[in-house]
Amino acid sequence: MGQAAAALDLDIALRQGTFQVEAKITAGPGLTVLFGPSGSGKSTLVDLVAGLKRPDRGRIAVDGVPLVDTAASLWLPPHRRRVGYVFQEARLLPHLTVRQNLLYGRWFARRHLAPDSPTCDSVADLLGIAPLLNRRPAALSGGEKARVALGRALLALPRILLMDEPLAALDEARKAEILPYLERLRDHAGLPILYVTHAVAEVARLATTVVMMDQGRVRAIGTPSTLWSRPDLMDLTGGTEAGALLDAVVGLANGDGLFALDTPAGRILVPHLPAHLGPGSRTRLRIPARDVLLSDRPPQGLSALNVLPGMVDDVREDADGSRVVRLDCGGASLLARVTRTSATALAIAPGQPLWAIVKAVALDQGS
Amino acid sequence: MIDLGFGPDEVAAIQLSLKVAIWATLAALPPGIAVALALARGRFWGRDLLNGVVHLPLILPPVVTGYGLLLLMGRQGWLGKPLSSLGIVFAFNWTGAALAAGVMGFPLMVRAIRLSIEAVDTKLEQAAGTLGAPPLWVFATVTLPLMLPGVLAGAVLAFAKALGEFGATITFVSNIPGRTQTLSGAIYTYTQSPGGDAGALRLVAVSVALSLMALLLSEALARKVGRRLGGVS
Repeated sequence: MGQAAAALDLDIALRQGTFQVEAKITAGPGLTVLFGPSGSGKSTLVDLVAGLKRPDRGRIAVDGVPLVDTAASLWLPPHRRRVGYVFQEARLLPHLTVRQNLLYGRWFARRHLAPDSPTCDSVADLLGIAPLLNRRPAALSGGEKARVALGRALLALPRILLMDEPLAALDEARKAEILPYLERLRDHAGLPILYVTHAVAEVARLATTVVMMDQGRVRAIGTPSTLWSRPDLMDLTGGTEAGALLDAVVGLANGDGLFALDTPAGRILVPHLPAHLGPGSRTRLRIPARDVLLSDRPPQGLSALNVLPGMVDDVREDADGSRVVRLDCGGASLLARVTRTSATALAIAPGQPLWAIVKAVALDQGS
Repeated sequence: MIDLGFGPDEVAAIQLSLKVAIWATLAALPPGIAVALALARGRFWGRDLLNGVVHLPLILPPVVTGYGLLLLMGRQGWLGKPLSSLGIVFAFNWTGAALAAGVMGFPLMVRAIRLSIEAVDTKLEQAAGTLGAPPLWVFATVTLPLMLPGVLAGAVLAFAKALGEFGATITFVSNIPGRTQTLSGAIYTYTQSPGGDAGALRLVAVSVALSLMALLLSEALARKVGRRLGGVS
């Protein structure tokens, strides 16, 4: 939208019983994921932005508009904040039809209507809920409810969209229904989104920026590929499931029916591509650390498709005694998990050139 | 009214009973909803006291409630005297019968409405708030519609109670045929007079029919509301 102000500027403290939340976050446009284990304070932060909770001290501004500032005794009640909140349980009004739910916030947003504001029909088309307009929420599936909740928030013309694990209650097929809409929203609507999740797949698919939360505090803020290559964050980014996230551009299929994905670490070939990814589209792929083998010379006579050269820049001992090795591959990072024995045998140390053999690549299958 | 062999005093008693019960119910609804809201959602000093006072008519002998009304709202009562100078008279008037019936039905109404308010998911109200609706609007468009089944149930209970009220009414406004004599009063009069059995039975049948109709009507309404809310029906 071109403002100089950050999409979200937050610096707050709140004590709830023995749980203390303290966070300072500045996020730009796009989709900001609040990531962390349950009880890390993610939902509390979203509730603070929405005004459903009050901070003990601090301030929150969205697009430069202050919503709360304890130093200035400023407090906007939720209904005057213009935040679109998509709750995990959808929270549709059961006594109203889908159309009435969608238009519920319209009256209050009438002063902010612009010629290019979304209309009930355009949102219904975008979210594929046009055939449901006259139904009541009780007659909708989980995925349909989630889409109506999203449409309802959009039609209230919010300054920011807040989404608290909107997909957590849905099965894989229903998630696949909604993810494309979220991507479209992120890329085309110019609406900042604050998104709570603890699913790495959703981070890989959606996040512009990730705020890593742990025990009520911000541990790190950065792009997914940066944070997922940091061994010091591995307790949060996945433990034994840890792995690197690489930005990739889809290339053309080669003659053998393999698809090329160009990443900063090099070209990676995969046998299948999800239907939503055409040549030229951007995606992220996840390379689990346990699916990466290391070799101290260029491997030969291997069936593996993907071998990437790199330089060790960090070795860390994990809780179970195995070593997590970070390789710098052309500026991007790859993580590999090896046993202590192998680490000793290869004498792995920072600065050493190694070859990473990638056994498996997890690519978001649109599901 | 269709002539079913009712005498003029009987017709008057039936009409008066309906009038009294309808007015008692309608007049009790706004304060009933307000008190139920205060009890369900309010956090204030004296909440338990208010709860106790509201329930008094349920546990006191009806005669005591009627006598209390007489002291408070009678022609010489603390409130009745200033009100009668404004032309509002409850004593020995059908309005007094409605007041007594309303007071007696009030605790039943408040209990039913309070339960329905406590069943309303405050998360839905929060969601409506984030969509820009100010609190009063949220109450009118979310809370009130969702508590409607309880309001209906409370109104029917209060109506049925008002239709059958006897003790407080006869104490407060007496049992004057054509003026303050309701169905219950008329039945009582019949049972006190020799040869009144036939008349008492006639009115008992009317009383049963009216109560059943109210109950069936409320069930039908509740089903309709339930369907609208998407519950199983």
